[in-house]
Amino acid sequence: MANFFAMGGYAVFVWPAYAVTFLVLITAVVLSLQSYAQARKSVRQLEEEGSGTEDTR
Amino acid sequence: MITALANPKRFLDLSRIVSPWTCAFAVILLCAGFYWSLFATPPDYQQGQSVKIMFVHVPAAWMGIFVYSVMAGASLVGLVFRHPLADVAAKSAAPLGAAFTALALLTGSLWGRPMWGTYWQWGDARLVSELILLFIYLGYIGLWNAIDDPVRAAKAAAVLALVGAADVPVIHFSVDWWNTLHQPASILRPGGPTIDKSFLVPLLIMILGYTFLFLWLLLLRMQTEILERRARSLMMARGA
Repeated sequence: MANFFAMGGYAVFVWPAYAVTFLVLITAVVLSLQSYAQARKSVRQLEEEGSGTEDTR
Repeated sequence: MITALANPKRFLDLSRIVSPWTCAFAVILLCAGFYWSLFATPPDYQQGQSVKIMFVHVPAAWMGIFVYSVMAGASLVGLVFRHPLADVAAKSAAPLGAAFTALALLTGSLWGRPMWGTYWQWGDARLVSELILLFIYLGYIGLWNAIDDPVRAAKAAAVLALVGAADVPVIHFSVDWWNTLHQPASILRPGGPTIDKSFLVPLLIMILGYTFLFLWLLLLRMQTEILERRARSLMMARGA
């Protein structure tokens, strides 16, 4: 196991490369999901408000 | 097919069906790919275990170019046919392409230090043309943000994307045209791949996984963009 983590002496290059990959890919997923949820929420709110004001008129 | 997809409503309906599949494929392929490349590949006879970086570097570099081709293609369709979804696709792809390109540069630099003795080399054609690709992506995103009118922004950004497309063949052939530290192509070359199967198969799985991840995120971001435009027009209708 320690052998695996040592990566034949290249641990300081291999693990940062995988770490930055995970970080960037996960960030891309999280940001995309967040902005989707946000956009969906604001459209829903606007549509509800829109129909609400029409009802009261 | 393309004209049918031009309708945002139909696009939203279709992408709601396709999205979960692209997401599932991405998760399965990436799990298999990461496991395979980390635990089930042998060390290279010259590079030792540093070759593990290849499995995250090559797919990122491939995606940087693939996403740019999608973006430039969509920009062309947007300019020529005024396809309403083409601009949305190009705009949604750009940040993903920039992320992949940044990853290619970072992982490449971490691979270059042990193999070439340097993290970075100014004047190296492959390295610099890849950095230029990142700057083109950032310029493209900046242009969208700088122009308020979406129609004008789409036009200006599309022109930039098409001009910048000249960098794509330069990146691909830089290893043949100039003396560079970077090795020549070992997969997309006349005569077939020169890379051993024990590396090629997990590498291709990773490339497919990255591609499906991109497709999923592209659909998600396009849906987001359409919703944001809808929100904006609802706001304007309310203000009027």
